Amino acid sequence: MKTKTAKRRVSVSPRRPATLWQLRLYVMDETPKSQTALANLKEICESHLKGRYRITVIDLLTHPQLAKGDQILAIPTVVRRLPNPVRTIIGDLSDTARVLVGLDLRAAD
Amino acid sequence: MMKSCSRMKKNGTKSPSPTALLPKSPTGIQGLDEITGGGLPRGRPTLVCGGAGCGKTLLAAEFLVRGAVEFGEPGVLMAFEETEAELKANVASLGFDLAGLVRRKKIVVDYVHIDPGEFQESGDYDLEGLFVRLGHAIDSVKAKRVVLDTLEALFAGLRNEAIVRAELRRLFRWLKDKGVTAIITAERGRENLTRHGLEEYVSDCVILLDHRVNDQIATRHLRVVKYRGALHGTNEFPFLIGAEGLSVLPITSLALNHKVSTERIATGVSRLDAMLGGQGFFRGSSILLTGTSGTGKTIIAANFAQAACRRGERVLFFSFEESPNQIIRNMHSIGLRLEPLIKRGLLQFHSARPSLYGLEMHLATMFREIATFKPSVVIIDPITSLMDAGTDSECKGMVTRLIDYLKAGQVTSLFTSLTQGGHALAQSESAMSSLMDAWILLQDFEGNGERNRVLYVLKARGMKHSNQIREFLISDRGIDVVDAYIGPSGVLTGSARAAQNSLEKAALLAGQQEAAQLKREVDRKRAALERQIGDLRSDYEGEALELRRIAEQVGTRTFVLGTERAASGRLRGADAKVAARSRGRARNGNGHS
Repeated sequence: MKTKTAKRRVSVSPRRPATLWQLRLYVMDETPKSQTALANLKEICESHLKGRYRITVIDLLTHPQLAKGDQILAIPTVVRRLPNPVRTIIGDLSDTARVLVGLDLRAAD
Repeated sequence: MMKSCSRMKKNGTKSPSPTALLPKSPTGIQGLDEITGGGLPRGRPTLVCGGAGCGKTLLAAEFLVRGAVEFGEPGVLMAFEETEAELKANVASLGFDLAGLVRRKKIVVDYVHIDPGEFQESGDYDLEGLFVRLGHAIDSVKAKRVVLDTLEALFAGLRNEAIVRAELRRLFRWLKDKGVTAIITAERGRENLTRHGLEEYVSDCVILLDHRVNDQIATRHLRVVKYRGALHGTNEFPFLIGAEGLSVLPITSLALNHKVSTERIATGVSRLDAMLGGQGFFRGSSILLTGTSGTGKTIIAANFAQAACRRGERVLFFSFEESPNQIIRNMHSIGLRLEPLIKRGLLQFHSARPSLYGLEMHLATMFREIATFKPSVVIIDPITSLMDAGTDSECKGMVTRLIDYLKAGQVTSLFTSLTQGGHALAQSESAMSSLMDAWILLQDFEGNGERNRVLYVLKARGMKHSNQIREFLISDRGIDVVDAYIGPSGVLTGSARAAQNSLEKAALLAGQQEAAQLKREVDRKRAALERQIGDLRSDYEGEALELRRIAEQVGTRTFVLGTERAASGRLRGADAKVAARSRGRARNGNGHS
């Protein structure tokens, strides 16, 4: 799940420190809800964090033990691991405004 | 609702099946298995609801721990309110080694943290994450028991109640499919059993816990509201959380079918044994010892204890007024040495202030002490102290349960009861006395500027017993029961009895002296009489002697006269001899007189 790929690109944004956004999307099997969530997340990230993010999809069907670590309760759940603090959004991310608030992206743009 | 209806229907078709077939999962919690007839429904969820601080979490935790330790059923504890570390610490106070069980992979604790401030909701979701975690935990230890501690946290944490409700319904179904016996705890609602209506989903077994304060003393109660397909006690049962977990005290398990013993045991006071048909009390009977203060209740109780210890039996002495050391010292003053008995492990004291905790707690403590020490004789000194800790009906219920418990174990129990002066019988023991097999009354008798103790047997079921009042004396050699003086002037005790005794002795002595004097007089009279008789006899003998002498004189004279006449006749003529002899004899007679 965690890869040390050199995806770290230095951002030139003056307001925001150059950090790579690490996002985890917890899903359960390839359900329509999961697919929707992934699609929505990608879309939001592309428009707000282009080139500064990495999404890791964790399927709890194959890794049930990982649910405990991030206190996963609902599916789908997005966890922003970086930058700090950790933030969590549950749902299929269809409400973009809430996702932006949840990820604290509204301020950036 | 559709789902719930269909499930209800399913259960509805199940319920006519014999209750005996309903498998149950024993909780191991003292008393709860008795009320529920064997435990919680196996493979089904049970709802435990109650207000804050009434022991929901502890009940659930004990269910898990006992399941893992005693019944070989691993468990999962999913906590929504307390962290794993907090839970471990909390149940450790009940003597449960949750941490150890977790290490040994008998129990999995999963803390689910829900803080609505920490996440956003966006769009549709389900609680599959919860299922995954629970499923993973269950599979990792092959759990048979699951506790979801305050699932209602979900309602507080998630805004979309519709999703939560749908998911809860799915969860309970899923738990049933998994075949785990589950406890779900929930906060009590204002009108409903639970704040969020969880009882709607859990329809098999609902247990309600309650924590009430009466007269500043808090008592916890447990009630099985519902138990589908099984008979259960419907009453409210007091329960407590002690040092060894929960214990529920079912009052109505009282079935009056104890074994009875015909064996008799000595009281330690031989005269008292004699009053009780010569052999003392029945083993396993309950004995009440009533008296005002200072009548010697504790002393008789201690004697009874010592007698039992001498037979090699164990005695448990609950003291609610004196400390063990005080009793030991006081009994030493009457020559009763209790320390050796304690050292030999035959006698054990348990002292507690009555106001230390509520009646139920006292009862549970006593039950636990009795269960661990396994005594043959239990002494409660005095039971009246406990009476102050609760209402009358509670007390009676408590004494009933205690006696019931003791009788079931063939334990002889002696209760002392302190009555407030005045008429000892008119006291509130009327409620208690009917539970007692034997009742001995100790009383003070005042008079003559002193106070004396008497005792009598008021009742003794199933044995011949004395109806008399006995005085008992307490000296430095122990108790001595003596006959009180019962005479025309009433019952006399103490110095009055002694005085009466000496009076009688004096009267007896006087009588003896009188008789002796009379005897002497008679003797003297007889001696005088005999002397008189002797005198008379000697008089008579003297006269008789005289008479004989005179008779002899007369004879001699007649002979001499006759001889002289014959001689003169011979001189006158021999022819006149014959005639003269016959005539002369007649003439002589006349002539002589």
